[in-house]
Amino acid sequence: MSSYIEGIIMLSGINLIAVLGLSLLTGFAGLFSFGHAGFMAIGAYSAAICTTILKLPFAVGIAAGGATAAGASWLIGRATLKLKGDYFCIATLGFGEAIRLILDNFQGLGGARGWPGIPPSTTIWNILILDVIGVALLANLVRSRHGRNMIAVREEELAAQVAGIDVFKYKMLALVVSAAYAGVAGSLLAHYMTFIQPKMFSMVKSTELTIIVIFGGLGSISGSVLGAVVLTFLPELLRAVDKWRLVVYGLAVIGIMIGRPRGLMGGFELTPASLRRHFADRKEAKAAKAAQVAEDAELGKDGL
Amino acid sequence: MRVRNFAAALLVALVLISCGGAKQADVIKVGWFGALTGDQAVWGNNEYNTVKMLFEEINAAGGVKVGDKTYTLEAVGYDNKGDAQEAVNVVRRLTSQDKVVAILGPNASGNAIPIAPILEGAKVPDIATVATNPKVTVLDGKVKPYNFRVCFIDPYQGAVAAGFAYDVLKARKAAILYDVSDDYSQGLRQFFVENFKKYGGEIVADESFKSGDVDFRPQLSKIKAQNPDIIFMPYFFKEVALSANQARELGMTQVLMGGDGWPSDQLISMGAAAVEGSYFVNHLDYDDPDVADYKARYFKKYGIQTELNGYLVHDAVLMLVDALKRAGEPTGEAIAKALETTNIKGITGTIKISAQTHNPEGKDAAIIKIVGGKYVFQQKYAAK
Repeated sequence: MSSYIEGIIMLSGINLIAVLGLSLLTGFAGLFSFGHAGFMAIGAYSAAICTTILKLPFAVGIAAGGATAAGASWLIGRATLKLKGDYFCIATLGFGEAIRLILDNFQGLGGARGWPGIPPSTTIWNILILDVIGVALLANLVRSRHGRNMIAVREEELAAQVAGIDVFKYKMLALVVSAAYAGVAGSLLAHYMTFIQPKMFSMVKSTELTIIVIFGGLGSISGSVLGAVVLTFLPELLRAVDKWRLVVYGLAVIGIMIGRPRGLMGGFELTPASLRRHFADRKEAKAAKAAQVAEDAELGKDGL
Repeated sequence: MRVRNFAAALLVALVLISCGGAKQADVIKVGWFGALTGDQAVWGNNEYNTVKMLFEEINAAGGVKVGDKTYTLEAVGYDNKGDAQEAVNVVRRLTSQDKVVAILGPNASGNAIPIAPILEGAKVPDIATVATNPKVTVLDGKVKPYNFRVCFIDPYQGAVAAGFAYDVLKARKAAILYDVSDDYSQGLRQFFVENFKKYGGEIVADESFKSGDVDFRPQLSKIKAQNPDIIFMPYFFKEVALSANQARELGMTQVLMGGDGWPSDQLISMGAAAVEGSYFVNHLDYDDPDVADYKARYFKKYGIQTELNGYLVHDAVLMLVDALKRAGEPTGEAIAKALETTNIKGITGTIKISAQTHNPEGKDAAIIKIVGGKYVFQQKYAAK
């Protein structure tokens, strides 16, 4: 496998982890965030501190990245999760930009000039393993009682509250878990690039993550997986069209959103069981149609 | 369904196109990358156009003799939007799929730093154009084996600006306005401050803004209150023009100074009277007879004036061709080895690469003054 393809697979695997987290927050708990790059930045810098300055193993770095991002999200959640809908979205936007500017100003970690010389510990294998763990954890979480409670909060907050669900607690759980995913993705990115710079975690990155989640389909884990892979590969595939690359990229996203307004997999989950059901349905429909045709033919033969 | 089939067919076609490409025996492929889209696109397009023009000229003149075989040069250029992640993607593509033997560019330090491990893995040298951060070629005291550059570095540029301000302009009190979210601006500010203090000057105000800001009046008012002799503005032409206009509106008459982010036709058209009489540090003198020929050739071919980056990528091409001739064989390793002993005369001055730092040594900076809407060369200035 050429190092080019390998690099893009690694990048989509890293994006996937961040997208999975955001998918939980946006797709299942119904909260939009435009500050997830901020959590990635926290994860990236914490992990880099662990491995580069403290010389700890990479695994510790990843864990620290996830944990500090989760901790930061808990603090920010305490302050902002009482805000409703759009207001929360604005608060996360401000948070993401604030993190970036703090890092820009903080010369101890390189400031805006960035931090080179992080060990290249990220390999395709540790990304793929973390991807699998990430998907499995998330799939189990959303199917558990906690996941169903989150969906209830997304669908109708007031009704969920009346039914006895602690709305704040479940929003907080979704936020902390999604921030931990973003932190892990940030740690992997730092050790893939071997260089981090606050510029890499700008609002553009946050928006990109949100686009992937919506593109893949809200409330669908398989959609997020598909979205992360497709949207990471697409700009590279489009190098063939040269200067029109980003125009075609934009058009492709718009086209798919018009064609499939709920995203690639909106509300639908690609699991072995769902596939079996899908094929069973089709078989049944075919059988029913055949029966209908046969019946029609029979009736026709009767000469009515 | 039909739409989906069409989309699938399109994707397959794209994959085929992007993976394809016929092989030719006597062609040396050289990569280039930089921003062809985004806010740095002016410079990226300028660089890529220059590379293509020079390669055409070299090929028309018979190509390059490497060992005992003559090759023609082919440029493979990609856009990375000025984005560090895409820089990594692009370099992986250039080295593993296009099999280039060397890469020219990028202009941004933040894009030149993360590609180092990939260059080392693939054993392909890179010559950065205006990436002035010292860490592009040297990290933790060790030189990166496959990273080179053709320009001087920020500590030098900062020292030149500080020295010129203190020695020649006789400034004793300097104020600084800089872009805190930009790596180039932070670097230049740091080295200006260090050197100006070393000379015995005083920094009376040190104000910052962030990329995208358009109103600089609050910071300028604070600077005005300190009444400095000069104001150092180490950022890019667009913000320079805006902040200079606002400074003049506030009644500030100080001399403005800047670095190599200034030179652009847009600075003159946007800044007009506000930047009149200002000085900046540049890589070359635009009226130098050495650069006139390239300038004219570029204008003739593309119908627009070349930017600063064009001159530097021009010399990067000269460096590469010289290294190719001495390398004996067109492989990345041999070229990297030859690049270490580069000593040629480019249009931006003599380029003598130091094997310890991979930077050109002793390149004099040019001090330019804006007079009557024109860039007028003042003097070559070497920092002590």
